[in-house]
Amino acid sequence: MEPNLPPQSNPPLSNLPMPSPETTPVKLVLEAKGLVKRYGQVTALDGADFQLRDGEILAVIGDNGAGKSTLIKALSGAIIPDEGEIYLDGQQVHFRSPIDARHKGIETVYQDLAVAPAMTIAENLFLGREILRPGIFGRFFRLIDKKKMLEDAIAYMQDLKIGIRSMKQAVETLSGGQRQGVAVARSAAFARHVVIMDEPTAALGVKESNMVLELIRRVRESGLPVIIISHNMPHVFDIADRIHIQRLGRRAAVVNPKHISMSDTVAVMTGAKKAEELPPEALAH
Amino acid sequence: MAEQKSSAVVGRSLLARLPSLTVLGPFIALVLASIYFAAQTDRFFTGQNFSLIVQQVMVAGVLGIGQTLVILTAGIDLSCGLVMALGTMVMTKLAVESGLPPLLAIGLGLVVTTGFGFLNGLLITRIKLPPFIVTLGTLNIALALTQIYSGAQTVSGLPNALLFFGNTFKVGSTVVTYGTILMLLLYVLAWFFLSETAPGRHLYAVGNNPEAARLTGIPTQRVLLIVYTLAGFIYGIAGLLLVARTGVGDPNAGQTDNLETITAVVLGGTSLFGGRGMIFGTLLGALIIGVFRNGLTLTGVPSVYQILITGILVILAVTTDQLSKKRA
Repeated sequence: MEPNLPPQSNPPLSNLPMPSPETTPVKLVLEAKGLVKRYGQVTALDGADFQLRDGEILAVIGDNGAGKSTLIKALSGAIIPDEGEIYLDGQQVHFRSPIDARHKGIETVYQDLAVAPAMTIAENLFLGREILRPGIFGRFFRLIDKKKMLEDAIAYMQDLKIGIRSMKQAVETLSGGQRQGVAVARSAAFARHVVIMDEPTAALGVKESNMVLELIRRVRESGLPVIIISHNMPHVFDIADRIHIQRLGRRAAVVNPKHISMSDTVAVMTGAKKAEELPPEALAH
Repeated sequence: MAEQKSSAVVGRSLLARLPSLTVLGPFIALVLASIYFAAQTDRFFTGQNFSLIVQQVMVAGVLGIGQTLVILTAGIDLSCGLVMALGTMVMTKLAVESGLPPLLAIGLGLVVTTGFGFLNGLLITRIKLPPFIVTLGTLNIALALTQIYSGAQTVSGLPNALLFFGNTFKVGSTVVTYGTILMLLLYVLAWFFLSETAPGRHLYAVGNNPEAARLTGIPTQRVLLIVYTLAGFIYGIAGLLLVARTGVGDPNAGQTDNLETITAVVLGGTSLFGGRGMIFGTLLGALIIGVFRNGLTLTGVPSVYQILITGILVILAVTTDQLSKKRA
């Protein structure tokens, strides 16, 4: 078993200069080149490229069938691409399973959150990587350290400013946004490189969505780059530093939400406009 | 902040209290039944009678531990009683007719029941068969093997080692068997395993949301395999208690224990959908069945009515379970 890693205390990113693509070479945390994935006759990924920069929130958008979920699954280890390479911090990686990717420091918040509803918040935060008691009781008898898990759970939730009174309450008693908060806190606590979030605001009301978007910003501020997959354009434009547009199994463009309209973005996504037709400042690389 | 408050209000609604009802419910039922029977007959509320009830509950109670572990993973084990019966025949025949040292005979009996549990687990995890069908199959295999191996003959004249857990000591004027102590010890062990160890919590997670458990890196298939195997071992211990209580190896034992243990588990507030429940609830559930059976016998109610009441109890318990699931 891997040791229970304490949450990484990365330096706050706000102190670092923002990466500017023209002048300084940006650090790529996660990169994919020429990913191909075929399902029988269907080609879900057709030479897709992908780049995630340090300290950014990258949104991945695309029409149904554009291959965005296949891309994300390849990056999170849920599928193995037929061709292409994936690099994490410049090192080539070969994920065989989501657990593989997790061991390498990539945490995924799944759309259905992957929580055990009847179990407590603290238990869900540490599911599969419980803190064991020190000494022989932990190592041999695998006794869990409930007190430490409770304390750490409170600390994680406070770091992300998620206001939940008791870590001992079952996750099923929480609202949708609070459940999302638990799933995000779990990922942020254990991720060392990347947090991937699949439709984090789907099925949430306006207030709860805003709460979750704020939470995602705090994850970025804690030093972790975030990939979010979303259908919700206003949320994407609200939160993303760059937007990766996936179309027909490839990356159609990466755009800068500050310099492109929502309608142009959708036009590229649906193929009504080519990336070359966009004004140069709209492109993010 | 506002939505947190509103969710707190929702959290306190009546339906959300159902889990605590499933925890308190069996205890209340047990107390009410005891009061009722005590009012009906003087012979009910005596230490001697309670000792008898506990002894009658002992075997199903231990079987129920294995059944609880299995049901917590959202599985079910129909083979428990007949696997136990096969184990008792192996223990008694080897000790009496083959002249093996009793401890070796007991050990081999436990090997057989554990092997059956392992087989159940293997079929469920490797070939992905539904637990209901797998254990229905092994139920019949164990039944047939028991009959073939024993020639449908009862084995008697057991050595003392096999009868040890039927021995008694006195607390005041109440007789307590060593088997009762073993049963309680096993419950405490199971509780400790389930609530204090990482594998115990994984067992709940696998039953509660297997996909989430898998994604967090819990080896869900290995957890299931271990649970069914461990259950088989526990059925072997139940067999040892059965032999000690009855003093014979009975080839027709255990044939209704599957339904009885499932009833005890569900009455005890453990969800058939997996992931929710407490091991001590099963002990309460088994005691409820024991008290009803004993009380109805003492008040002269024919045994068909006992079966009728057991049936009604199961339906009631499962209904509560279903309602509390809807809420979630």
